[in-house]
Amino acid sequence: MTPLLDVRNLHKSFDVSGPMGGRRLKLRAVDGVSFTLERGETLGVVGESGCGKSTTGRLIMRLIEPDSGEIFFEGQDILKLSPRKFRPLRREIQMIFQDPYSSLSPRMRIGEIIGEPLKIHGLAQGDAIRKEVVELLQKVGLGEEHYERFPHEFSGGQRQRIGIARALAVRPKLIIADEPVSALDLSIQAQVVNLMQDLQEEFGLTYLFIAHDLSVIEHISDRVAVMYLGRIVELADAEELYRAPRHPYTEALLNAVPVPDPHHRRPRRLLKGEIPSPIFPPPGCHFHPRCPYARDVCKEVNPPLEDKGGKHYAACHFSNEVGKFRHSEKK
Amino acid sequence: MPPLLSVSNLQTYFFTSRGIVKAIRGIDFSIEEGKTLALVGESGCGKSMTALSILRLVPPPGRIVEGEIRFAGDDLLHIPEEEMRRIRGNQISMVFQEPMTSLNPVFRIGDQIGEVLRVHRGLEKSKALEASIELLKQVGIPSPERRVREYPHQLSGGMRQRVVIAMALACDPKVLIADEPTTALDVTIQAQIMELLKKLQEERGMATLLITHDLGVVAESADHVAIMNSGLIMEYAPVTTVYSAPVHPYTQGLLGCIPRLGEKRQRLMPVGSQGRTLADLPPGSSFLDACPEPFAPRRGQIPPLREVSAGHFVRMWS
Repeated sequence: MTPLLDVRNLHKSFDVSGPMGGRRLKLRAVDGVSFTLERGETLGVVGESGCGKSTTGRLIMRLIEPDSGEIFFEGQDILKLSPRKFRPLRREIQMIFQDPYSSLSPRMRIGEIIGEPLKIHGLAQGDAIRKEVVELLQKVGLGEEHYERFPHEFSGGQRQRIGIARALAVRPKLIIADEPVSALDLSIQAQVVNLMQDLQEEFGLTYLFIAHDLSVIEHISDRVAVMYLGRIVELADAEELYRAPRHPYTEALLNAVPVPDPHHRRPRRLLKGEIPSPIFPPPGCHFHPRCPYARDVCKEVNPPLEDKGGKHYAACHFSNEVGKFRHSEKK
Repeated sequence: MPPLLSVSNLQTYFFTSRGIVKAIRGIDFSIEEGKTLALVGESGCGKSMTALSILRLVPPPGRIVEGEIRFAGDDLLHIPEEEMRRIRGNQISMVFQEPMTSLNPVFRIGDQIGEVLRVHRGLEKSKALEASIELLKQVGIPSPERRVREYPHQLSGGMRQRVVIAMALACDPKVLIADEPTTALDVTIQAQIMELLKKLQEERGMATLLITHDLGVVAESADHVAIMNSGLIMEYAPVTTVYSAPVHPYTQGLLGCIPRLGEKRQRLMPVGSQGRTLADLPPGSSFLDACPEPFAPRRGQIPPLREVSAGHFVRMWS
């Protein structure tokens, strides 16, 4: 069966001005990204600021157009479709945004916000809209009494629920969630994560879940893609990735996550230096200047993303050595 | 020996046009030299306001209405502003969440660190610059001689936070208040900054008040933990006790909703409440009202902090 989403060799760069203005420089935000997403699956995309994870999500939504590459949705290359032909597909792919404060129009009532996509896509009219919206509100843990209210009357967690209801309104197949819980408090975060998992089960949704928080990603995802400076450096089953990372960057990320258990404090092995500028990425493997495993070949040859066995993909020349610096697991 | 810093019955209220918001409703804690106390809680629980109260920097219409803050023998709430200014940034200093808001974009790094030394230590400009370079070196900034001449926008987020830490440490403070020092940073940088803070604390024997919502960071760096909710401490104990034997339902709830790496559980267990703001609160705390018997208010009275075992305090009736 064809996967729901098949992304092939996606590239996108942005023009930025140099330090003195004037000269145009290229910022390669997404640099050859490929992955597939099966129906009903959750793929987590994780990485630090500027790794291209949000740009990837926006490219799939066609909020921005890629420089090159293909995006197949149910076997159809959506980049070849004219805007008019693409419009019905927009219904199938919806997005949940990070900031529940800026993603809802402050002048619209909750009922209008959630009902608008129904109207635009011609899925319901008149009284049917209200009925549908109330049903959606209940699905996300709100109620009819919230219909006439404005966004400012809600807390961050409730607003995120409204954002989810709006995305769900048009019965999408794929939801791209860009840091949907990063702005929320811990207890609210847990509620929203649980809600997203319940809805996935009920509606058979497929998620592309973008986040910087490795623990949230591991919790919600079936598979995880780790990005670094515009490239996917590792892609594997979530538990497998945690248990036996095959890319040094993944290993470093896992080591950096503080463990919520004071009985197991350990000396930490930290990644040196900072993320290089995506305008002037290091040659060869982008990670080599910070990599404890790096050798000469890493400075020149960019390792391809390869299957290292059992659909565990990693882009590293020395992936079989990775794991040496992993902090011991607690037990 | 008395603790270096102790806070008792601190109450800070905001007198808004829509009524009084009780941001801090009576909290007590103390910190000893070289130790770290973590204040943990969610948005609006009053943890940052506690820090600002200690420094007497509560913004209007807020006011400290009650309480005592003792630091090295002085009652900070009853000394003249003049004297407070000598303590602030000198003996008690603070690192904020967003480094860009604590740095002035139009001054060079060296001038900003140097200012602290000129004001509090009376150093001359050239000496202050030398000292700034030394401080930048201590906080792990490469080529500090060049960096002192740069402006904040030329640095990355992690580097800026190092500069802010250098500023806070310039006068060898006895107490460092770190308010979400790593929240705005990427995870690998976050780990570097926490490690740096720990190293500096050990070298200098500072007491640290760490304000955070991240229970992972707490587990790795605190000695004691105070769990806060709606302006009150709910539970206070040594860090290992809080994680292994939490008593209060709020503490248990918080610990139940952290996704833990390598433990792919089916379900997170969220704490109740839809994250209401303090202004919606009925008199008494909403979270406590929803709590089971020994933790819930009785006749409008909030339960006291009770010592359930040595050094372990829980807000509950006996």
